[in-house]
Amino acid sequence: MGESENSYAIQMQGVTKRFPGVVANQAVDLSVERGHVHALLGENGAGKSTLMNVLAGLYQQDEGQICIFGEPVNIQSPKDAIELGIGMVHQHFMLVESLTVAENVILGLYPTGLVINERKVKQELRDLADSYHLNVDLDAYIWQLSVGEQQRVEILKLLYRGAKILILDEPTAVLTPQESDQLIDILHKMASEGKTIIFITHKLHEVMDFSDRVSVLRDGEMIDTRVTSQTTKNELAKLMVGREVLFNFQERAHERGDVVLKVENLKALSDKGLPALKGVSLEVRAGEIVAVAGVAGNGQRELAEAITGLRRVQDGRIWIRGVDITKKNPWQVIKAGLSFIPGDRIGRGLVPNLPISDNLVMKVYRKPPISNGPFIDYQRVEGFSERLVDAFNIITPSVKTNARLLSGGNQQKVVLAREIDASSGALVAVNPSRGLDIGATEAVRKTLLEQRDQGAAILLISGELEEVMQLADRIFVIYEGEFMGELDREEAAVEEIGLMMAGEKRERRTDEISQSSGGQ
Amino acid sequence: MNEAMIVSLLTITIRAGVSLLYATLGEIFTERSGILNLGVEGIMMTGAATAFAVAFHSDSAWLGLGVAMLVGAMMSFTHAFLTITLRADQVVTGLALTLFGTGLASFMGQRLGPGGETMVGLQGPVFPRIPIPVLEDIPILGPSMFNQDVLAYALYLLLPLMWFYLRKTQPGLHLRAVGDNPAAADVLGVPVKLSRYLYTIFGGCLMGVAGAHLSMAYLQGWAQNITGGRGWIAIALVIFATWDPLRAAVGALLFGGINALQFRLQAAGTTIPSSFLNMMPYFFTILVLVLITWGEAVRKRLGAPAALGIPYIREEKH
Amino acid sequence: MNIVLERRLEKARWAVVIVPIASFLLALVFGAVLLLAFGINPLQAYRVMVSGSLGDQYALTETLVKAIPLILTGLAVAIAFRMLFWNIGAEGQLAMGGIGASYVALFLSDSLPDPLTIPVMILMGMLAGALWALIPALLKAYLEVNEILTTLMMNYIAILLVEYLYLGPWRDPEGYGFPGSAPFPQEALLPRLWGRVHLGIIFAVLAAFIIWLIMNRSQWGYEIRLIGENPRAAKYAGIDAKRNMVLVMLLSGALSGLAGMAEVSGIARRLYQGLTVGYGFTAIIVAWMANLNPLGVVFVGAFMGALTVGGDQLQVAMGIPAAVSLVLQGAILFFVLGGWVFINYRIRILRSGKQKQAGELNE
Repeated sequence: MGESENSYAIQMQGVTKRFPGVVANQAVDLSVERGHVHALLGENGAGKSTLMNVLAGLYQQDEGQICIFGEPVNIQSPKDAIELGIGMVHQHFMLVESLTVAENVILGLYPTGLVINERKVKQELRDLADSYHLNVDLDAYIWQLSVGEQQRVEILKLLYRGAKILILDEPTAVLTPQESDQLIDILHKMASEGKTIIFITHKLHEVMDFSDRVSVLRDGEMIDTRVTSQTTKNELAKLMVGREVLFNFQERAHERGDVVLKVENLKALSDKGLPALKGVSLEVRAGEIVAVAGVAGNGQRELAEAITGLRRVQDGRIWIRGVDITKKNPWQVIKAGLSFIPGDRIGRGLVPNLPISDNLVMKVYRKPPISNGPFIDYQRVEGFSERLVDAFNIITPSVKTNARLLSGGNQQKVVLAREIDASSGALVAVNPSRGLDIGATEAVRKTLLEQRDQGAAILLISGELEEVMQLADRIFVIYEGEFMGELDREEAAVEEIGLMMAGEKRERRTDEISQSSGGQ
Repeated sequence: MNEAMIVSLLTITIRAGVSLLYATLGEIFTERSGILNLGVEGIMMTGAATAFAVAFHSDSAWLGLGVAMLVGAMMSFTHAFLTITLRADQVVTGLALTLFGTGLASFMGQRLGPGGETMVGLQGPVFPRIPIPVLEDIPILGPSMFNQDVLAYALYLLLPLMWFYLRKTQPGLHLRAVGDNPAAADVLGVPVKLSRYLYTIFGGCLMGVAGAHLSMAYLQGWAQNITGGRGWIAIALVIFATWDPLRAAVGALLFGGINALQFRLQAAGTTIPSSFLNMMPYFFTILVLVLITWGEAVRKRLGAPAALGIPYIREEKH
Repeated sequence: MNIVLERRLEKARWAVVIVPIASFLLALVFGAVLLLAFGINPLQAYRVMVSGSLGDQYALTETLVKAIPLILTGLAVAIAFRMLFWNIGAEGQLAMGGIGASYVALFLSDSLPDPLTIPVMILMGMLAGALWALIPALLKAYLEVNEILTTLMMNYIAILLVEYLYLGPWRDPEGYGFPGSAPFPQEALLPRLWGRVHLGIIFAVLAAFIIWLIMNRSQWGYEIRLIGENPRAAKYAGIDAKRNMVLVMLLSGALSGLAGMAEVSGIARRLYQGLTVGYGFTAIIVAWMANLNPLGVVFVGAFMGALTVGGDQLQVAMGIPAAVSLVLQGAILFFVLGGWVFINYRIRILRSGKQKQAGELNE
């Protein structure tokens, strides 16, 4: 009996985690066998990270039990988790940039007492790293390392603390293909040594290539767990996205007009100075929504910022209605008539500590009637704000309320109202419904469709496939700064987009689909 | 220039550099933990005043030193409490400390002499210069380096010790982590707030010593505005030193050298007006700041603790 | 049991008024303890301070005299702090303003028509202050040199420059060795309105109103607010933060320069040592205590003026160092700094860790 009990490293039963207004995990059951590589698959916002953060001690579940190696446990903090042998590599690494690799690993411990015996520590670390083929320079500073190397440091940190269960949150999201391959080797090696590995992903090919089991989460619920060798990518894609996407407010004939936004061979660097956009081209016509779908971190942010003048363009050109706006500053782009709904509502789209009215006039305060010469007519601001609050159904005590105090949905409506009002028919929207509840999501999406029907050209950059399928007329799929292909919505299948999001170019994909569907 | 002149220049350079270096080291440790303490000038000034007053009345330089350290600790504790616990703005709190300290020192200076009179012009106990046998016989370096006061000698020991602590010990490692990425340190069990309190207070003690050295060794007496901006120069030196104790020593000597040059020129009866001579340290501070910022920007790294001046609040994110 | 700061959903508006007043009262208590420790009767001392600063007409006028530079420099500091430019250089900018105005009074007034002398002095004073502020502004905007240190160092340089001028080339040849420039000609003196209160008081109030207008009614003020509150959002709205930094510092320096002009022309009537007595530093307290509100600066400036005059009276009447008022000012700022936390947070005492988690989630 003890044998079978102990063959599970993790057993979660009925785990529910709620945040104010949202149920992130609903009665989730998950069992992971010892020594297995277990994939956790799901779309953005499906509740994968929350579930794992419960295991790692960052969150505590509201309901449900957890057993580790057969023992019921109560994990209160990251420290508890570490003591139970659970370690997690978060998507955003927790490393001290100005310290060396070795220093980061021994942080918080006293491996050689008060004075650090560098030679001894490094010898230990080198042995540990070598035994898992974790190739990393112990003397390098974190800031000198690539993302892949930093990830290895995080893994080394966990191993050094004796972790037996390693959780990796989207470990390959930020890696190059070569680095991903290396990581996969390392994970295999660790699994063969008896470590249990859970990795969160939405890349199907990774699941197929190297997991033993795969569990699919959708909308906070556990959909199913499969033995990887007994399932297919297509089946998983369906499980992940849902049987079918409902086109509940699509299907109105609309005219496409002239080209409004045109991007040609655009190249830009990421914040770290690495190529993030490797020459992408697209056109958006009046009266259509063009979507750029893809897993977060594949150049979407850089694309939006380059177009709106917030990021330096390395190469390529951008036009709005034939006017070249390449390398123009943000103000010139605004003047050219391009509106922008940024993905980072609080950090960029709003000034949380100022009233809604101040937030609503951010794009129009320079122009009459809001401005009267160098002065702002605050009575007009109020009137203008009240009009927008009504028109967009923003729920707030008054227009003088600070934006910080609104719900996420109403904050987003403020951004949306401002941008649509200031728009001259060209709009870039990044993840416009991220983090919103169903009602607000629907309101935001309806607004975008209305705008399209009124002839706006909308570039929708979104990590949510459902949103893309609901709204887009044409879809580009981006992967590592390149477009994997372009599809019309009519011809697009969820599975196909899912596979392109995982980095498979279109040509190769078509025959695979026909093969697999032929096989059924 | 003959040997005697060089020795005298070097001696003044070191003497002038001692208090600067104490203050700079104090600020380096404070800032390393992520707390910006702009109260250095005020703490030094109050330290100088209390040190002199206590030493004068008790006839003990050591007691004066001890009280100056205590005062430094209390003042920097105020800073820590306001900024860490009450989350007050670090810049303005530091300024408040300097304004308060300047006022308090000025008040004490006019009040703590014999019979409630001024302390200006009084002779009090000092830390005398004590030549160290054998070492003082080293040509040039001997008479300049090893004919100093005990606080300078303490610094000779403290400097490598502090460097070692920061670079080679586990608590030093934790200190660097707390100032750079408190969240990462916190997750691994390093107490962020406690560390910040302790290093801010420790830094304040050193600033108190810096003040005591001014009134009991370097200038040997109390004068209004005795610090003359040295506290601010120390903050600039922290940037110059890129938060490294050894480089701070180089900077302190550099500015000590400017002081020495000032004296030298004045003694030599230069035609440059004294106002301009007195501007030299401030002018050089700006120059050094511009050069170092510009130079380090080219190398892309200034070495500042990444979380400097940013309060750390542990919060659950979702 | 656990004491935590919990973020308020709504800013506590009462705190903006209550905190400065409570801070003042607490500072008085603190000052009383300090005075007692030095063997001084605090009640008597405070009585002297109040009657010396508010008790009769002379006292009142002197309070207003001190309020003029404090309001002007307080405004200068407040607008710079609004966009998170830490201008600690109001003192130096004031000194430069004094130099600029003195230059006109001493060397140009002969060749200027009399009615133009004052306007040109104002212009030169403001220009000198603005240029002095421009240097750290440019260094900060384009080279990212720490502005706290550059503005501060430039204080020392400006003060020494003033010293050089009144001891050296501008020294009054008929001054019997008295350190200071020659007295200004009649047309270079700001008219006095009430006691020593001069036209500068009008400048100060007017300036406060204009700054309030800029901050609260103009496009520029809106942009400054945006930059100060969220620089990334400002950039997104197409606002050039660097250009604004330079412009705001020019205005800030000009205000301090005007304060310097008013001091030399309205009070000292010459360039001398007493020009720089720390108004530019007290201005930081004024600005922060007024919560960076320009109209608030007028009242806090007058209040700090009273405190300064009261301190001087202590020295005269009781032989207690005037520095007491500096100590009190510093203490007030401490309490204000600690007190501002209540605008955004409330204190909650919790019994278990579980509740704390729930409380933090409510954010």
